[in-house]
Amino acid sequence: MLFTLAFTSLMRHRARTVLAMLGVAVSAAMLLDMVMLASGMRTSFRSLLLVRGFQLRIAPKGTLPFDTEALIDSASEVRSIVQAIPGVTTVSPVLGGQLRVELRDRVVAATALGVDPTVQGDYEVTAGREPKAPDEVAASDELLEAIGARIGDTLWVATGFDPQLRTYVSRRPVIVVARAHFLYAALGQRMIGAPLATLQSMRGSEAKDRTSLFMVRVGNGVDVEAVRARINDAAPKVTATSIASAMKFVDERLSYFRQLAFVLGTLSLFVGFLLVTTLVTVSVNERIGEIAVLRAIGVRRGRIVLQILIEGIAIMLSGAIAGLALGLVTGRYLDTILSDFPGLPAAMRFFLFEPRDAWAALGLLFACGVLAGIYPSWRGASLPIATTLREEAIA
Amino acid sequence: MTEGLLLAARDLRRDYAMGRTGVHALRGVTLDVARGEYVAVVGPSGCGKSTLLNLLGAIDRPTAGTVEILGKRVDGMTDADATRFRLRNIGFVFQRFYLMQALTALENVELPLAEAGVPRAQRRHRAGDLMAYVGLAERRDHRPAQLSGGEQQRVAIARSLANTPSLLLADEPTGELDANTGAEIIALFGQLNRDGTTIVVVTHDEDLAAAAKRVLHMRDGLIVRDERAMRSA
Repeated sequence: MLFTLAFTSLMRHRARTVLAMLGVAVSAAMLLDMVMLASGMRTSFRSLLLVRGFQLRIAPKGTLPFDTEALIDSASEVRSIVQAIPGVTTVSPVLGGQLRVELRDRVVAATALGVDPTVQGDYEVTAGREPKAPDEVAASDELLEAIGARIGDTLWVATGFDPQLRTYVSRRPVIVVARAHFLYAALGQRMIGAPLATLQSMRGSEAKDRTSLFMVRVGNGVDVEAVRARINDAAPKVTATSIASAMKFVDERLSYFRQLAFVLGTLSLFVGFLLVTTLVTVSVNERIGEIAVLRAIGVRRGRIVLQILIEGIAIMLSGAIAGLALGLVTGRYLDTILSDFPGLPAAMRFFLFEPRDAWAALGLLFACGVLAGIYPSWRGASLPIATTLREEAIA
Repeated sequence: MTEGLLLAARDLRRDYAMGRTGVHALRGVTLDVARGEYVAVVGPSGCGKSTLLNLLGAIDRPTAGTVEILGKRVDGMTDADATRFRLRNIGFVFQRFYLMQALTALENVELPLAEAGVPRAQRRHRAGDLMAYVGLAERRDHRPAQLSGGEQQRVAIARSLANTPSLLLADEPTGELDANTGAEIIALFGQLNRDGTTIVVVTHDEDLAAAAKRVLHMRDGLIVRDERAMRSA
């Protein structure tokens, strides 16, 4: 009976209730998006780092991977040192560089990764086979499309191109043997994966026995942080970064996003709270006579409080359910906008949906619904019965 | 409290603050109502009739004086105790019926029973009996908006009787009804009283007052004439 009364009180002014629910839905959508934003980037970044199981990155001392153009000197020595550390199972070198790629009359710029194809963790071959020989490469869809190439084609690639003098440091033909998905590439970025030695030789003396970073995989059950400390001790010219330390760094860099998400999420909750409080208060004010009579015939204050709270929670939750669906749609749309941000891996997600986010948003909205019902229920339950009935009679 | 006495009010006073001045709505009312009595309270508007009824029904507290019902002081009860007391012992009928529009007539009658914790099947049965008692057995599943004013007031009377109260208080129960419908309600009150319900009714309706066995005339917050008392004196 309590639920019937609460439900029908809401249905008495359907249009008003529906409008309030829509308001709550918008507020809930924004809240969900903010909850997704607060945790999505972090989760997505962590998944991205771990996608091929490399738990450590080694970069030149004091830098982060690809944060600068600095290179690791004596790369083969560093690789041997790291490889010798107990627990390390794989050391994958990576050298970055820019290439000018030509095929017939087409010329495009591309980002090259020099890797050891047997242990690389930067791309996944989607067609063809892993490059083995020095003149074999894997290319991204974007590059192949831009230059009109296919697997089996021979491309001319050049490093150190000077557009004014139209000179190169090095230029050579390579054969495309694979079409590949580059895990850390930005959206639309043209990528080419070549054997490390090929790219090192093409970049000339500046890259001789040098790499941009190493990716390191450790065995199951091995303490990653202990391995990281050992690498830092054994190879003083490099800095090893674990996923945990990278995440700490990311957390610091993303703290503005999280603060923004927190502020906007709190605001949207507050707007929802005000909407529901206003609606339920108006609804209570319209039926103070009824409430006074209920009290007069012996209905306890607690029942009145409960009925009004149910109304607040019902609006909040029904709006929240619609809002969660809306939040997913808007989150996906916003994600496509932010994923286009230059320089960020295309696989990076800003609004990553996880069921716990939906539960968190629902929980917050439920709590908000309860809070929103407190004032109107207090008002309803504390009405002076005789005075209210007298005023109603006069009205 | 004398045996047979249901209600005893002593020197009841009720003041209201109205702006900077006070209003003395009741200025010392003393009243005894015996079980089975049918009392009408009449008088001009603003004489304190409804205020008296509110105090007798434990929905308001006197500024001074006492109210005893069934041997219990109700004027100083806590809100929770007064609510429980009203639920079990007092039935209310209001001028504007105040039925819950969301509920059917039968559910409206069930409401006090549900509040009293009566099991569903039992309360359904009891509410059905009461609907039949007020002559609306066929209209039990209608919502208030589908009922006439007289029918709504009958439902309100059935609701007031749900927990078999010792005392029925009615405030202008015919005030919103036409003469014919009002007459039906008057007849129903007569039947209720004959069946043993003690009734105190506040009214401007001369016919309703004439149906009562005792008429209290009020003026300026005081009972100025007690007709039965005069007749018996």
